[in-house]
Amino acid sequence: MVLTQETTSLSKSPEGSGERLGRVAAAAYRIRHHALNMGEVQGQGYVGQALGAADMLAAVYADQLRFRADDPHWVERDRFLLSTGHYAIGHYAALAEAGVIPVQELETYGSDDSRLPMSGMSTYTPGMEISGGSLGHGLTIAVGMALGLRHQGSTARVYNFLSDGELDEGSTWEAAMGAHHHQLGNLTAMVDINALQADGKTDTVLRTEPVTEKWEAFGWYTQRVDGNNMADVLHAFDNAAAQAAAVGRPSVILCDTKVGRGVPLLEDREKAHFMRIEEHEWQLCREQLTAGYEGKATR
Amino acid sequence: MSTAAVKTTAVKATAPKLKTSAMIASFADPGQKTASAPFGHALVKAAQENDRIVGLTADLGKYTDMHIFAQAFPERFFQMGMAEQLLFGAAAGFAETGLVPFASTYSVFAARRAYDFLCLDSAEPNLNVNIVGGLPGLTTGYGPSHQATEDMAIFRGMPNLTIVDPCDSIDIEQAVPQLAASEGPTYLRLLRGNVPTVLDEYGYTFELGKAKVLRGGNDVVFISSGLMTMRALQAAKALAAHNVDVAVVHAPTIKPFDAATVLAELNTDRLAVTLENHSVIGGLFETVASAVVTAGLGKRVVPVALPDEFLDAGALPTLHERYGLSVQRIVAKVLAELG
Repeated sequence: MVLTQETTSLSKSPEGSGERLGRVAAAAYRIRHHALNMGEVQGQGYVGQALGAADMLAAVYADQLRFRADDPHWVERDRFLLSTGHYAIGHYAALAEAGVIPVQELETYGSDDSRLPMSGMSTYTPGMEISGGSLGHGLTIAVGMALGLRHQGSTARVYNFLSDGELDEGSTWEAAMGAHHHQLGNLTAMVDINALQADGKTDTVLRTEPVTEKWEAFGWYTQRVDGNNMADVLHAFDNAAAQAAAVGRPSVILCDTKVGRGVPLLEDREKAHFMRIEEHEWQLCREQLTAGYEGKATR
Repeated sequence: MSTAAVKTTAVKATAPKLKTSAMIASFADPGQKTASAPFGHALVKAAQENDRIVGLTADLGKYTDMHIFAQAFPERFFQMGMAEQLLFGAAAGFAETGLVPFASTYSVFAARRAYDFLCLDSAEPNLNVNIVGGLPGLTTGYGPSHQATEDMAIFRGMPNLTIVDPCDSIDIEQAVPQLAASEGPTYLRLLRGNVPTVLDEYGYTFELGKAKVLRGGNDVVFISSGLMTMRALQAAKALAAHNVDVAVVHAPTIKPFDAATVLAELNTDRLAVTLENHSVIGGLFETVASAVVTAGLGKRVVPVALPDEFLDAGALPTLHERYGLSVQRIVAKVLAELG
């Protein structure tokens, strides 16, 4: 199915939803703010991707995921697998927001001997389940994890975050077939469709559309939403959760996002895998982010 | 196809030709004692004692003896389809949840096709993922698509990976529980079907990470692994008829390599020969050679190994003779070296 913009339970629900939406939106704001700070320390980094994916990450960590911040290896935790290793900047920001790592530690991002390398690795960072970065791995590991957890009677769910660029990788589709074959109703994939990859726009590098129809054809419960509309994202997660079962269809949430989202200066900049940001612009970015967030919050 | 091409084919078809044996050809000699599917039975036995063991395959269960396990433990067997990247990515996922996966396919697909998934998903986090690779080296006549002549060369560079090249059913039976118990990923060069039983005559036990002296000898020392240990022992017996006394050291664990045991045997005036069912590039020979150089032994080592070539298709006995793995070729090489 494809969700239309107006079908959100949150906007219709009279109670509780406003608080929930506000709480998750605030988390997304802080994740973006953290990402800008981390980008400034390095003078570079995948800030554009982190800003684009911040709403997805906030929905996961502030609303969906079952975890214990002080016990990253808690056996009953839901697993969040970052396949797209270079999105680690956003993931670290989300882990800090979730209390898994200290906010102060974020300033070590990409530095020598830091627990927060540029590309996410499970051996470095609490809460980082896998070493991503070689793209197209995450969903294959997620299939094994979902099978292994189900085999052991666990009710934990597995979330795999991947990018639309990873849809180029054949292994992603091996895993998509495997998840459907094994009826992994405990598995949810979330795809950040920012239509951009290393060498340029996705439709010029290797056309992946029609993405929705592909996942549907592979047997997945498929939703496509505006990944920067928090109400839509949460509603999609609610639908996925309602579908979740030990044995059932795996679920995918296809999130159309905008690189640099939340910072107009960056939203309008020429899109690139590595976004160029001048030294004097970081403070301006933060001010624009905050102005946009507070403007929305008070509307 | 053009008419000319059809005619050419027809002419070829009438000419005498080599017979390519079955996909999984047995390398057991006629009348030799064998054990059926030792890996499958060993995995079942290990799984009876360790409920964390699970079995996976990529559409090759019947061809890697994994079907024995699947029949015994259907709820602990997972068919991943003809998708090797998924097979090994998922194996890592199973291990992340605390299970101990044994994942089987052919060695060519594990080493060539799924390397990145084994390297980053299992080896880097040092997970207990056990790769079971069928048709190692020259154990099929199907040609380069199935002959994993360079699997050890590919895998030796992978940090954390343990590599085991078993000789016979004894090695396999004893290795499986040790692989399951060892931390980190392992690669087993699987021998399947009716596998010769050889090492029971030598008071031998498999110990992960250890080389063992199977017999002593004053003139020549063989360092061998895999099925070539069987050939080494046969060649040693044949050379006795030529009054050549041959020692045989079996080194089934290629990585980490038991350099101490091997170097102690090489530090003599005896002719040193390595024997392996693998390319001369990157396998046992180079493992031994690097140990020798590192220790400063200054010792010449003669390799019996497959050439650095894509090999022919054909019947295994023909190919083993052609590429120097037969007992006859080994004996001839040693006699030539001794002058």
